[in-house]
Amino acid sequence: MQFSRKHLLGLEGFSKEEILYILDTAKSFKEVLSRPIPKVPTLRGKTIVNLFFEASTRTRISFELAEKRLSADSVNFAVSTSSVKKGETLRDTARNIEAMKIDMVVMRHSAAGAPHFLSECVDAHIINAGDGQHEHPTQGLLDLMTLQEKFDDLSRLKVVVIGDIAHSRVARSNIYGLQALGAKVGLCGPSTFIPYQANHWGVEIFYKIEEAIEWADVLNVLRIQLERQQGGMFSTTREYFNLFGITRRRIAAAGKDITILHPGPINRGVEIESELADSDCALILQQVTNGVAIRMAVLYLFSGLPSANDSESET
Amino acid sequence: MINPVKKAPRVLFKQATVVDPESGKEWRSDVVVEEGVLKGTEQVAAGGFDGEVVDTTGMILCPGLIDMHVHLREPGREDEETVRSGCQAAMAGGFVSVCPMPNTDPAVDNAEIVTYLKKQAQDLLVDVFPIAAVTLGRLGESLTEMGDLVKAGAVAFSDDGDPVATADRMRRALEYASMFDVAIINHCEDKSLSKQGVMNESAVSTSLGLPGIPGISEDVMVARDIQIAEFTGGRLHIAHISTANSVALVREAKKRGVRVTCEVMPHHFVLTDEAVRSYDSNFKMNPPLRTAADVEAMLVGLQDGTIDVIATDHAPHAIEEKQVEFDAAPFGIVGLETALGLVLKHLVEPGVLSLPQALAKMTHAPADILNVQRGRLKVGAEASITIFDPDAEWCVDKKNFVSKSKNTPFDGWELKGRVKALYNRERLWTA
Repeated sequence: MQFSRKHLLGLEGFSKEEILYILDTAKSFKEVLSRPIPKVPTLRGKTIVNLFFEASTRTRISFELAEKRLSADSVNFAVSTSSVKKGETLRDTARNIEAMKIDMVVMRHSAAGAPHFLSECVDAHIINAGDGQHEHPTQGLLDLMTLQEKFDDLSRLKVVVIGDIAHSRVARSNIYGLQALGAKVGLCGPSTFIPYQANHWGVEIFYKIEEAIEWADVLNVLRIQLERQQGGMFSTTREYFNLFGITRRRIAAAGKDITILHPGPINRGVEIESELADSDCALILQQVTNGVAIRMAVLYLFSGLPSANDSESET
Repeated sequence: MINPVKKAPRVLFKQATVVDPESGKEWRSDVVVEEGVLKGTEQVAAGGFDGEVVDTTGMILCPGLIDMHVHLREPGREDEETVRSGCQAAMAGGFVSVCPMPNTDPAVDNAEIVTYLKKQAQDLLVDVFPIAAVTLGRLGESLTEMGDLVKAGAVAFSDDGDPVATADRMRRALEYASMFDVAIINHCEDKSLSKQGVMNESAVSTSLGLPGIPGISEDVMVARDIQIAEFTGGRLHIAHISTANSVALVREAKKRGVRVTCEVMPHHFVLTDEAVRSYDSNFKMNPPLRTAADVEAMLVGLQDGTIDVIATDHAPHAIEEKQVEFDAAPFGIVGLETALGLVLKHLVEPGVLSLPQALAKMTHAPADILNVQRGRLKVGAEASITIFDPDAEWCVDKKNFVSKSKNTPFDGWELKGRVKALYNRERLWTA
């Protein structure tokens, strides 16, 4: 297929075909990762900057690994070492970086829409590595890939995202990605965590975890950010665990197989019982492995290179 | 650039279509001004007129337009706008009077600054009627010297973007201001509800992941202020109303006889929060763009008279401050140069309001709230006149703005109605 998008800003608006194409590409890169020398020359000569305005360890490392596996030249730009603290605007920072002939920018920013804004300022291809409470498209894609490996067809799947939906970019990318593939999505959490007019997404909303588990095939458990407690969004982590914690007892009560995802890092004993996080039904480490493959696929497909399938069909 | 203004005590406007917003009448006539005073509006002038003659055939001649809510940024941010540049932008938009808000640096909280603003405008065609702060430094604590400020030329009081936060201070402000028969203008926003919000809280903010400003942050303060106005008998004017619920609250209050008036900005009756999907900071203002249902309520409120005034909230911002992430951009858009075109294209052309009804909300309605001798075509009174071509179609090009700032969401819009001439303070300007 023709993959014509220049930037990956979010999964909203992506078609089923586009997403499946990215997942297929990731599958072949995952095979690369299992080789003795897990490296291909695909992006040799391409220069990528990882522009991280917000602290991130795992996403940044995952992107960096993906870049190295693809033989791209990459540089890191982290907020603490940057001129941002000297009062430079995002636009100036980006244009300066671009003047150094950068092909792609992988960006993490605390403001929703920051990558959209950046894409208006510079010519480079932009990959959103998380923008505020908006989207985290590569996380959404790696969740889809992990589910696809287990279930193959996602169109009959029911996935409940549990936790602080209002402030979660992972939740939004999951909703858009899952729905594009035909899966049904539910949201579950304290009512203060369910954003205003969330029903416009066409999702099921649960305020009782037992009902959510009863309905679901998959639970995507979000990390609870403890600072929300101060904002009056929920009472205590103890009460959260009592009301919404994912436990073996609750899973057993549903009397069926349940698959668990978690974008990490885990708060053991807050949103999920420690033993359950380590059990076979949790695909958490598989998600991390798939993250590298997904980011390789994304970097390749959004690099502007003609895709392999297209060149094959031309010859 | 803009044509120079001429001192012109005697002017004859030939063949104008005179519109009197108050009576709703419209007629063809010459209009004569002598020594700055309106002499005749209902006859053909005698030949051999000794003064300026302006051909106004096919033009609408109405009372000079008033924008009772602008930000001129002087003193403090003269890079964004000055009294002079803002007044020139007003002229380009057809306004002969503007009321600058006191959120300058320093704030307009003493008579000296009011005097300074009046002095900056003394040679201009446009009247500058300053709105002074309710509290010192707009901090919500000590009341300003309202008597002194009124004497210096302040026409109303407002703490602008920092609403009078406590109900008690609002009560005292309304009581105190009523001694001088001036209105308290409140930017109604309960900041404990709007917090760090940057757009309307709605399905759109939920999907964009932008922090929301719920409609209730406006509604609860409108409700509070109406109760306090009713209790004190003071005059309350609600700035830039934006929600359907607030319009309903004002409608009910007016029925009960509460002395409350309100204004709406063009962007709140032509745009919805869907526009924010672009993450373009030219769609970021406070109050934010609301939903289609709110826009509909604005139109109904304009029609049934609940909404008294159309103003702009002209808020110039430097380009480098707006060209940032949506979160980081300041609130506000410029409005002086697009307001009349938006009103004619989006209210008058589709028949939401008749031309006189629309003009009333930009002439005598604000004049009455501010107690200024403007907004009417009164023979024997000081002449204040706006003349525009109602049929001229034009396309907004922000590069051509007279304002120092270009932060508009309407760039490229097709609008209707162009200003041809203004008369005010014995001065004549032709476009």
